[in-house]
Amino acid sequence: MTVFRQFLIVLVIAFSGEIINYSFNTPIPGNVIAMMLLLILLSWGVVKLKMIEKVTKFMLDHLALFFIPPGVSLIKNLEQLKSEWAAILTIVIISTIVIMVVTGLTIQFIKGRDS
Amino acid sequence: MEELLNTPYFGLIISILTFETGIYLNKKTKLSIFNPLLVSIVLIILLLSIFNIDLKYYNQGGDLLSFFLGPATVILAVPLYNQLELLKTNYKAILIGIVTGSLSGILTIIFLSKLFGLENQLSLSMIPKSVTTPIGIEISSQIGGIPSITVAAIILTGIFGAVMGPLICNLFGIKDKVAIGIAIGTSSHAVGTTRAIELGETEGAMSGLAIGVAGLVTVFIVPLILTIL
Repeated sequence: MTVFRQFLIVLVIAFSGEIINYSFNTPIPGNVIAMMLLLILLSWGVVKLKMIEKVTKFMLDHLALFFIPPGVSLIKNLEQLKSEWAAILTIVIISTIVIMVVTGLTIQFIKGRDS
Repeated sequence: MEELLNTPYFGLIISILTFETGIYLNKKTKLSIFNPLLVSIVLIILLLSIFNIDLKYYNQGGDLLSFFLGPATVILAVPLYNQLELLKTNYKAILIGIVTGSLSGILTIIFLSKLFGLENQLSLSMIPKSVTTPIGIEISSQIGGIPSITVAAIILTGIFGAVMGPLICNLFGIKDKVAIGIAIGTSSHAVGTTRAIELGETEGAMSGLAIGVAGLVTVFIVPLILTIL
């Protein structure tokens, strides 16, 4: 029962995030609200790491696996992507590199200057 | 024959089998292009196309897997909690980094879309491509993009970030663990984070943190930029 008991805690927090999102019509998705909620509960000691240990390990170990279905759904957009695929791919690659490099170097610069 | 495909077993079995194939190829060749997620997606799309199998049969099992995306996002609070001290001491650098990074990304997308002469709706769909899927869909529909194109761009971005992230950081001299984690999470959301977790606990936690923060930052700056331009 342990795993399902632990899973229950996570599900209730995830659902609470959805409720907050629905009630206040937040631009932030319920899952992200729930993530902040869990962080607060952990800091307050209401939820202890041990209480969700097994579920946490399962989820983090298999995170990539959960992204297979949304990736496969690309199949629906193959026609649309076909005509502009070169432009789209170039934009994806260049903008991802720009974000990564600008973010990383900015943080490294500020951290280095502060310390 | 079709009835046999109409069970969750089909989708689950080919998902796990192709993913395992990816792990095997990755270990054997040590090439990062054989990212297990990428290998799995490509193999399944090929399989469905070649045998002309409708996506709805795959999704019987696929939906069971993608259900875990929600709770898994919530669980990202755990590595973050373990690294809370690191976050507190570096919050200023992290926040400025994410804002500058997201902003330059959005401007790059707008500029390149103009350069390539993409039609307006397509270019709007590309703008939220670096944030996590639920936030990306939300922004896309708000600004008049096509959400399914946005999802496609988000997944492609994630795979690129996961495959090339560590190499790009290395190439541009990004060596600090906090900087690497935030850079990967900001540019390639949760899919990139799966790779960051492999680099180490600090990188993984920071990348997980960046998913939420970059998402929020993007929600606020996209409408702002679009009104200014």
